[in-house]
Amino acid sequence: MYDKNKILIGLAVFVVFMTYPFWNNIGSAAYQRPEIEKPKNAKDCVESVEFMRAEHMAMLNDWRDEVVRGGEHEYHSTASHQVFQKSLTKTCIKCHENKDQFCDKCHATVSVNPYCWDCHVDPKGEKK
Amino acid sequence: MKTQRRNFLKIAAMAVLGWGVRPASEILASGGGTASEGLLFASRHKVHVGPNALTASRWAMVIDTAKLNEKVMEDIVHTCHSIHNVPTIPGNQNIKWIWETHMDHLFLEDLHEYQPEAGAKSALALCNHCDNPPCVRVCPTKATFQREDGIVMMDFHRCIGCRYCMAGCPYGSRSFNFMDPRKHLETTNPDFPTRTKGVVEKCEFCAERLAEGKMPACVEVSEGALAFGDLGDPESEVRKLLAERFSIRRSPTLGTKPCVYYLV
Repeated sequence: MYDKNKILIGLAVFVVFMTYPFWNNIGSAAYQRPEIEKPKNAKDCVESVEFMRAEHMAMLNDWRDEVVRGGEHEYHSTASHQVFQKSLTKTCIKCHENKDQFCDKCHATVSVNPYCWDCHVDPKGEKK
Repeated sequence: MKTQRRNFLKIAAMAVLGWGVRPASEILASGGGTASEGLLFASRHKVHVGPNALTASRWAMVIDTAKLNEKVMEDIVHTCHSIHNVPTIPGNQNIKWIWETHMDHLFLEDLHEYQPEAGAKSALALCNHCDNPPCVRVCPTKATFQREDGIVMMDFHRCIGCRYCMAGCPYGSRSFNFMDPRKHLETTNPDFPTRTKGVVEKCEFCAERLAEGKMPACVEVSEGALAFGDLGDPESEVRKLLAERFSIRRSPTLGTKPCVYYLV
């Protein structure tokens, strides 16, 4: 076989590179869900905590299309059977007043950068 | 298989026949709610109507130029721009939803140099929410779309800033955000989004207020100079005004069918 050594060295380098994230993280602390600030003046969200944790991004995306393109402004909650307005600023932010301590804390930890606030106004953020 | 001239012509003829039996109306235009898009006319989006919403089959505005004066126009422009977070940017990159302009800029075809002295010198210009809106037809992403009740809407999320609509609009009703508008806003209304760099925007007939059962903000502060209502309802205020007084529209010969009427 030709160039056996070169191939083996190349393979070894490849394996080291591919597994770098795994062995580099050995010993470091596991991912911890950040402590986010809970609303002070409300107890129940439009849906259950588990649902919101997993689906809030899809839900907000649906809301924006339903409101802007379909004119559907009311959200019927399956958890509490109440009707809410489909609005980031008028519904979500009314309870979760502190964007820094609620939205940003998680988003920063998992390194996602939604562009909601490029257009939508965070009432607290604007005062700073 | 080798395509022969005879076969090609046969297939082409069948294809032409196939198109021929489709109703022309279906090809040229498509009605509300359907997903398909017409060649000449844009489709219209169905609007869900909430319990408190104001509804109409065709929204229209009537502007009484005789009742407009400097103060009223200033109030209207200020109210609209402040609730919708429309920035004031010096120079030619300003954003406008509704603005005051000279009559000879508004009506390019209708005015002559011997107009009565007492006539209005200037009036308000805004998006005409045309029945046949060129902006909707040319928008490649359908960020600009028309609702069933005639309101030409903008989906700011979907706009890619290509500005075809600005080239299409013969009234200059659309503005482009060349920069972050927030730097030029003194106060912001948290209930309405500011826009961002790279999107087009314009008047939306206060669709967000209609959904809450409120009249457009400009109509509320106009002291009777602006009327807003349903063209499809013969008893509506706009229809009565149009029946009583002589009215003109901006550049009607272009065929866009504007739905903002000016009483002169």
